[in-house]
Amino acid sequence: MDRRKFLSKPATETSATAQKRAYMTNATLTNYDGKQFKFYDDLMKGKIALVNMMYAKCDGICPAVTSNLKRVYQGLKGRIGVDTFMYSITLKPEQDSPAALKHFAEMHRANLPGWHFLTGDPDEIETIRFRLFRWDHPGLDNNIDQHTGMLFLFNDNLSRNCKTPAMSSVRSLLETVSWMDPIPVQAERASKNAAKMVKKFEREAAWANGEKWAKGAVATE
Amino acid sequence: MPIKQAKGKNGKKKNESGISRRKALKIGAVVGGAAVLTSTKSFPTHWLETTAHAQHNDCLTNPVTSPPTSAFVQALPIPPIKTPVASLNPAPTKHANINNGEAARGDHQKWSQFLPQVLYEVDTKPGIHQFHPELPPTPIWGYDGIAPGPTFIVQQGVPVLVRFHNKLPLNHFGSGGWAIEQDVIHLHNGHTPSESDGFAGDFYNPGKFKDNHYPNVLAGFTQDAHEATNGDPKEAMNTLWYHNHRAEFTSQNTYRGLAGFYWMFDSKDTGNENDTSPTALRLPSGYGVHDIPLILSSKTFCPDGKLFGGPNGGTAPAGGDKFCVNGAVQPFLNVNRRKYRFRILNTGPARVWTLTLTQNSSLDPRPFTVIATDGNLLEHPIDSPNLILGAAERYDFVLDFSGNSIGDHVYLRNNATMTVGGTPPNPLPPNLSNIAMEFRVVGDEADNSQVPSTLCTYPDVDLDEIVGTRIWNFDLVGGVFQINGKIFDADRSDAQIVRNTTERWILRSALPAAGWVHPVHIHFEEFRILSRGLPVELGGPGMLPPPPLETGRKDVIRLSGRDQVEIFMRFRDFKGKYLIHCHNMNHEDTVMMVRWDIVGDDEGDISSNNNPNFIPNPDYRKGDVS
Repeated sequence: MDRRKFLSKPATETSATAQKRAYMTNATLTNYDGKQFKFYDDLMKGKIALVNMMYAKCDGICPAVTSNLKRVYQGLKGRIGVDTFMYSITLKPEQDSPAALKHFAEMHRANLPGWHFLTGDPDEIETIRFRLFRWDHPGLDNNIDQHTGMLFLFNDNLSRNCKTPAMSSVRSLLETVSWMDPIPVQAERASKNAAKMVKKFEREAAWANGEKWAKGAVATE
Repeated sequence: MPIKQAKGKNGKKKNESGISRRKALKIGAVVGGAAVLTSTKSFPTHWLETTAHAQHNDCLTNPVTSPPTSAFVQALPIPPIKTPVASLNPAPTKHANINNGEAARGDHQKWSQFLPQVLYEVDTKPGIHQFHPELPPTPIWGYDGIAPGPTFIVQQGVPVLVRFHNKLPLNHFGSGGWAIEQDVIHLHNGHTPSESDGFAGDFYNPGKFKDNHYPNVLAGFTQDAHEATNGDPKEAMNTLWYHNHRAEFTSQNTYRGLAGFYWMFDSKDTGNENDTSPTALRLPSGYGVHDIPLILSSKTFCPDGKLFGGPNGGTAPAGGDKFCVNGAVQPFLNVNRRKYRFRILNTGPARVWTLTLTQNSSLDPRPFTVIATDGNLLEHPIDSPNLILGAAERYDFVLDFSGNSIGDHVYLRNNATMTVGGTPPNPLPPNLSNIAMEFRVVGDEADNSQVPSTLCTYPDVDLDEIVGTRIWNFDLVGGVFQINGKIFDADRSDAQIVRNTTERWILRSALPAAGWVHPVHIHFEEFRILSRGLPVELGGPGMLPPPPLETGRKDVIRLSGRDQVEIFMRFRDFKGKYLIHCHNMNHEDTVMMVRWDIVGDDEGDISSNNNPNFIPNPDYRKGDVS
């Protein structure tokens, strides 16, 4: 992020938008087609975003994360590219040119609309990484391999966010993504949802009481 | 930008992490001054931040430190005692009353046995709070709209029911953003049936209420050996607390204020220092008078003085540079020359405190007389020069000011270097740094209280009761917490423990990063530490007995480095799902957590446990467990 610009930002701009832009930065990121985006203004503002960090030559969990996220993408059909977007930002922008990212995305058949693989200025990306993914432990925060497994979820319209493991089950990830949606007013909530929940609790109780693995009670391994 | 702060922290980073020459040069540029800094074309801004801080309300710049505030200008606030209500409408029911607005939950267990005798009604709602007279009022969330929430004073053996209405603002961006308006309340250390235990996945929306049923019963009441006393009297518990436990949002929600105390009295700890009953301990008494809550939290404030919250998964200020006690920044408390009982709790979100007491201008520590750890009385009081509090840990201690002179000042001081996760405290005037609060000795007062040399007897630790050993391996892989190689899933049970059995648990840390402390909390049942350390076979000095302050009944254990802790656990009375999790709320939110369940009802079920992390005890003495 441009320090001069940041420091000279007019003090009168107090909107939440300005604050989020300042925090998340408006770094210029480039996708694998060479298209450039401002991080906050173009990629986060007004959207629901799923952000993870990876690098093309990562032999750790990056490939598995990418294929898991692909299943999440499929589960979000109809929303990705409309109000929800996925961003995979490289941790090694020095290595990962747009062409390298394109190769990675194609290899994972993740070259899909609404899912951007992004590279950019190394320092700016490091700032984004620190702002979104830091552990508050210098030993971990300077080890990029401790930053390949989490997914940052964000709904700009509600300023709602959390971080969740990108390798959770797809069912669990889709539920967590749904937490970014506005909570409907009570009148609109289907009471059948509550009834469904009660059924789930009843199954759990039956299971705890010895009805071993009552159908659908608890997933286990 | 406070460059000086950045310099110190960067120096620390440099030492601990061996950063590259390129970065070191840039840090050099920071040290060189702002002129060099601003001429740097692209600068990784985080190097300027001792912790990254977010924008919130009117925070336009990233605050590295909160605005300065004067120390000891406000009296310690005491949260009000929660008053019961005569009735609830609709009346509480065993089965969730979803047609009348109750959130879905499982049926209350043992409902008819523990019909609630005292009813409470709490609104979880926004409020306005002033943390310091020099800071403006700021929006918070609180139980009854206050932070910390009201204190429940309950009697052991008297079942209560608390109806928590979620009145948080729906899609609340207008009131500041961050956090999520869904509630689920955990009564920390309660022997609470699962459906009222605040399971992280069972949160509910604004407009709903939920009845939490707290039997306040002694553990062991379903076991023959304790039938006559309706539970094991040695399992009394006294200082509990409650807080929001919403999955992946606990840090944000609790930081906003959703936490409070819950104290239980009984026939020994009667809450009356003048009690003539022969069983009464007669500890210093009187809520907020001589028996004083001290709820610690660390917060960061924006330059405009508003409470700062962050968009980084949790609260940005993991450490938080303002020390708050009962929601007041660096308060003072007037005390008289007599004994006081203090109950101190760390509500986090992340800071680990090492507290000492000093007097006037001396820096010689004055001991704490500790009478309880994690809310459970010690067998004998322990004098300790310091107290270490990870998030959620509690100590009850007695201070006797009778040897002081009127006019003395006693300081509660934090001596922990926050190498991990946060800023050092805001610089204060000389000799005032790191002080959480001040006690001012102002007068004389009668004192009938005592600190008996024996406070209680611990329950037996009978190793022959152990049906098997269960191992929990904690690790971080690719920046993701794994427990026994798995990522948390609220709908997956990772251990099924047969009700009314006893197990030996081994908590084993393979977590990277030296100095990273994880206060691990186990729901529902307390434990006794059998040993801790690093076993010889893993290259360590071997397993050692716990230090004195970890010999009592606890529900939080600090785990770091390659620590291994061996604990003794009984699982009694209620069934259902419970949790183990790190109580550093930023860790529990990302999700250093695992679900386990209490199931079945007899020994026959034990053999069905085919979990690879469970090793049956070949010497288990069948038939002893009722």
